[in-house]
Parts: sequence; structure tokens; C-alpha cells
Amino acid sequence: MIRFILNKLALLVPTFLGITLVAFVFIRLLPGDPILLMAGERAVSPERYAMLAKQFGFDRPLLEQYWHYLSSLLQGDFGNSFVTKQPVTEEFFARFPATLELSLFAILLAVIIGLPAGIVAAVKRGSLFDHGLMGISLAGYSMPIFWWGLLLIMLFSGTLGWTPVSGRISVMYFFDTVTGFMTIDALLSGEKGAFSSALHHLVLPTVVLATIPMAVIARQTRSAMLEVLSEDYVRTARAKGLGPFRVVGLHALRNALITVVTVIGLQIGVLVAGAILTESIFSWPGIGKWMVDSIFRRDYQVVQGGLVLIAAAVMLVNLVVDFLYGLINPRIRHTG
Amino acid sequence: MSQAPSETRTASQASRDARLRALAEFWYYFSENKGAVAGMIFVIIIVIAALGADWIAPYAPQTQFRDNILQPPFWQNGGSTAFLLGTDPIGRDILSRLIHGARLSLFVGCIVIVLSLTSGILLGITAGYIRGAYEVLLMRVMDVILAVPSLLMALVLVAILGPGLENAMIAIAVTFTPHFVRLTRARTLAEIKRDYVTASRVAGAGSIRLMATAILPNCMAPLIVQATLSFSSAILDAAALGFLGMGAQPPTPEWGTMLAEAREFITRAWWVVTFPGLAILLTVLAINLMGDGLRDALDPKMKRS
Repeated sequence: MIRFILNKLALLVPTFLGITLVAFVFIRLLPGDPILLMAGERAVSPERYAMLAKQFGFDRPLLEQYWHYLSSLLQGDFGNSFVTKQPVTEEFFARFPATLELSLFAILLAVIIGLPAGIVAAVKRGSLFDHGLMGISLAGYSMPIFWWGLLLIMLFSGTLGWTPVSGRISVMYFFDTVTGFMTIDALLSGEKGAFSSALHHLVLPTVVLATIPMAVIARQTRSAMLEVLSEDYVRTARAKGLGPFRVVGLHALRNALITVVTVIGLQIGVLVAGAILTESIFSWPGIGKWMVDSIFRRDYQVVQGGLVLIAAAVMLVNLVVDFLYGLINPRIRHTG
Repeated sequence: MSQAPSETRTASQASRDARLRALAEFWYYFSENKGAVAGMIFVIIIVIAALGADWIAPYAPQTQFRDNILQPPFWQNGGSTAFLLGTDPIGRDILSRLIHGARLSLFVGCIVIVLSLTSGILLGITAGYIRGAYEVLLMRVMDVILAVPSLLMALVLVAILGPGLENAMIAIAVTFTPHFVRLTRARTLAEIKRDYVTASRVAGAGSIRLMATAILPNCMAPLIVQATLSFSSAILDAAALGFLGMGAQPPTPEWGTMLAEAREFITRAWWVVTFPGLAILLTVLAINLMGDGLRDALDPKMKRS
């Protein structure tokens, strides 16, 4: 098992280096002078220009520049935002919990609904429920979620007035950040109504972000279950006289879960892409909105650093998924 | 000697018959899937609308009817049959813009698929054929592209290239290419060990001929399926970039861009927000339904038993 993880980790190193290379090249490929871009200034005197070039190391050979960039990254220095002058890492970690909270709730919702729905569809194959679910999940999979979010806002925030349009919590509430998770912080603060306000703000973005993963999980669970249900050991279990719940729940589901966990792992990238759109619609102060805003503000230092940090986070999550995958699937563990 | 021409004719006839039979078999499996057929019919309608947009659309997409600003669809109070789906905040006919937008979306899908499929096939087949350091380096590069969530990668690329529909297409094509490279490479590695490839090589076929005429045709089935599914993703991604303001720029009647423009009227005019998104959803859904049918019909391993 340890070797399996180490192997995976070793594969991540070249990928991570590649991403730092992309980020390094990114700022040099942008239209405009990279030195002025990094300084965030427009017109400068030749002396100031030479000083800036020296400060950013642009007078050195490219390879040395990259080496310098890489070593400062590894020391946790991702540069400062042009606009706020804050360290990029500080801005990232201030916003990361918001995205993490939203994503966790979304994936939870997707699993809670998608998994059982897929199981029932497989067991009742060919039924009205099966056909209906497959239709709905294909629609969910095809959904432009930025439009879906607007529709939900129109209905629940506009017509019905049940949920707020944007943000994480009502401006009435002030309390210190402890975990960065608004729901937990609201509970800890003990302020009356704060938790419910946080939940109200969370509902629509969660539903929007969960839509595509839910559809994918339902579809994949169904096909994984169908495959497993036709296996000999399931027939044997049935022949031994085990009840349907025991057969489906214990024998079939456990093996189908291997596929399902992989699918959930593959949804991480989808979640990040979805978070960019969802956060933009609901003005959710997470890293997705931060990246989009930074691109618009031409805050390229943030885009550069954010790219590396997000890619690293996604790779880390995928590593954890691989680990879980090895835990539930001994076949992988031993051959990997 | 005199028999040779007739022999080749029968040979070519036999191969045509085989092709027709394959097509008939394909259609048999495809038409069994009702959803796939429905999807195909809708896609044909969209294609016709896109091709004939200039004749079918009641108005030009840019024409502003200043007296009819934010007019609701015809079935609502205040609507008229002159503007079937209503008008937008500066008085443009929404139906006309949607029909012209279909042209853009299909165009985006086609270009992205052509770009990513050709580069994917070229890179993938050479990786599987040449192997060695070239393959390792190429696959690591693909890993890097895949490690960054696709929409983020596209956003970063558009930041370099500058916002606009063409650059959005290029950016999306780049994020799709690794999937095609991986598929082609995997198939090439499997096919290259087969006897018919060896036979072809022994018969004196050169590398390019081997790759193009022996290996490539056998990689096509999964590539076609992946291409259909990517076609719909390309439309979705282009619309998402347009919605974020990084794709097609106003006043282009691109569906995502239309949604972005309509955002602030969300509480006042539901139709401005609803129809462009509905057009995206239905088009993507139809293509995905068709893709499902294609997969069932083309890929025997995934065929429903």
C-alpha cells in the first residue's frame, strides 16, 4: 500500500513541475511587457524599468529565472497581488474555505441523492423510475449550470422570496472566522439566526454545483450495479436464500462502490470548473470568483499563483481518492 | 489478363456491400434507441436552422426595434406574434438571435472537434508508434493539461490570447486534446501488436502508411464516440466562457453571451434569461442523446446485452 501511494506521488512530481512551467511561461506570453505587467505599472522611466527588471530577475537567463521562480514557490512565496499588494497565498487561503465548504456540501448532496437513485434504477431495471431517472440525469449532465443558477434565483429568490440572491451570510451577522466554514462558524458564534442565514445562502449554490456530479454519479452507479448484479457470486448469494437487501446492499453494492468512488474522484475537476461558474452567479467569495475577477482586473500575479495552487489542490485530492481506491480495492493495491 | 478488371470490380463491389452491411447494422442498433433518434431529429432541425438562419430568422440578429423594448413572448399580455419569443433590453428579436446563435454554437463545436481530434490523432498515433522519450514527454505534457480543471485552463489561455470567440475555440480545443491523445495512443498500442499490422509491415508498408491505413481505421470507433460527447461539451464550455465575458463579445448573438447580457434583467423579464439557456440545454441534450446511441451502436464492448 505504501509503495502504491509512493508510486502515485512520484508520478505527480513531473506534472507539478509542468504546471509551474506553464505558470512561469504564462506571464511571459501575455500581451504586453511582462516587467510592466508584474509591476502593475504603465509608464515608467528607463531607470525605473531597469530597476524593475533587476528586481524581478528579468536580466538573468531564462533557466535561472525559472529556477528562482520554482525555489520561491517551494518556499511558499507566490508573489503579491498587483491590486491589493497582499501575498497571493494569503488571499488564496482566505477564500479557499468558502469554496471547500460549497464543494463539500455539493458532493455530499450529489452522493446522497445520486447513489441511492442509481441503485434503485439498476435493481428496477427497465421500470418507469429507471427510464425517468436516466432521462433526468442526462438532462442534468447536459445542463448549462450558469443558466440553471439564474433560473433558480428567478424562482426561489425572485418569485417565492425564499432564499437570498448572493453572498454567504446576511450582513446583519458579524463574528470571527474560526474554521472558515460559515455554517460551523455561525453555530459557534451562538448568534440567533446566524446558522439559518448561512444555510439559506448555501442552498441554491449547493444545488447548482451538485447538479452535474449528481447526474454522473446516478448514471455510473446504475451501470456499475447492473454489471455487478449479473455476476455469478450475486446469483450464488441469491441461491443461498439471502434476502434482496442483503444481496444488493452487501454483495453487490460493495463491489459497485469501487467504480463509484472513482467516478466521485473524477468529479473534482468538474467541481472546480463548476465552482468558477457557481461562485460568479451567486457572488460567493471563493477561489473561483477570485480567479475570474483577477483575470478581469489583469491581476496576473494572482492568476499565475492561483493556477498553481488550484492545480496542486486538485492533485492532492486526487491522491486522496487514489488512496481510498486502494483501500477498498485490494486488486489495485497489490498490482500497483 | 483479360479477367483482371472484372475481378477488381467484384472485389470493390464486395467491399461496398460489406460497407453497406456495416451501415445497415449500425442503423439497426442506432434506431433501436428511441432517445438517440429523437436527439438526431432535433440536431437535424438545429443544423437546418443554423444553415438557413438568414432565411428562417424573421429579423437580422442586430436589428433594434426601439419601440418594442423588452416585449414579452406572444402568449403573454403585451406580447405580439411579430416577436414570437419577445425582445431583449434594446429591442432585438430573441428568436432571430437564437437562430443565428445556433450557427455560432455548431460552428464552435465543429472547429473545436476538428482541431482537437486532428491534433489528438496525430500526437496519439505517433506516441504509440514511435514510443521512447517522445511518448513519455508527450504524455507528461498531456497530464499537465489534464491536471488543471478544463474551464480554468481555458480561462487562462483566453487571458493570454485575448477574449473572443476564435480564441475561446482554440482554448477549448487545447483542453480537449489530451482525451483524444490518450484514446488514440491506447488503441495504437493495442492494435500495433496485432497480426494484420505485422503482415502489412512484412508486405513492405512504410511507417506513415501503417499508421494511416492500418492502425487509424481501427482507432476510429471510440474516437467518434468521444468526438460527439466533446462536441456538446465544446458548446457548453464556449457558452460558459461567453457567460463569463471571456468568449464571444457583445453584440454577437452567442447563447452564453446573450445570457450574460440578460443577467441584470432577471427580475423584470424572464424570457430574456430563459430562452438562450433553454437553447443551450436542448442542443447539448440532443447531441448527448445521439452520442449515447452512437456509443451503443459503434462500440461492441459497451453494447447493451
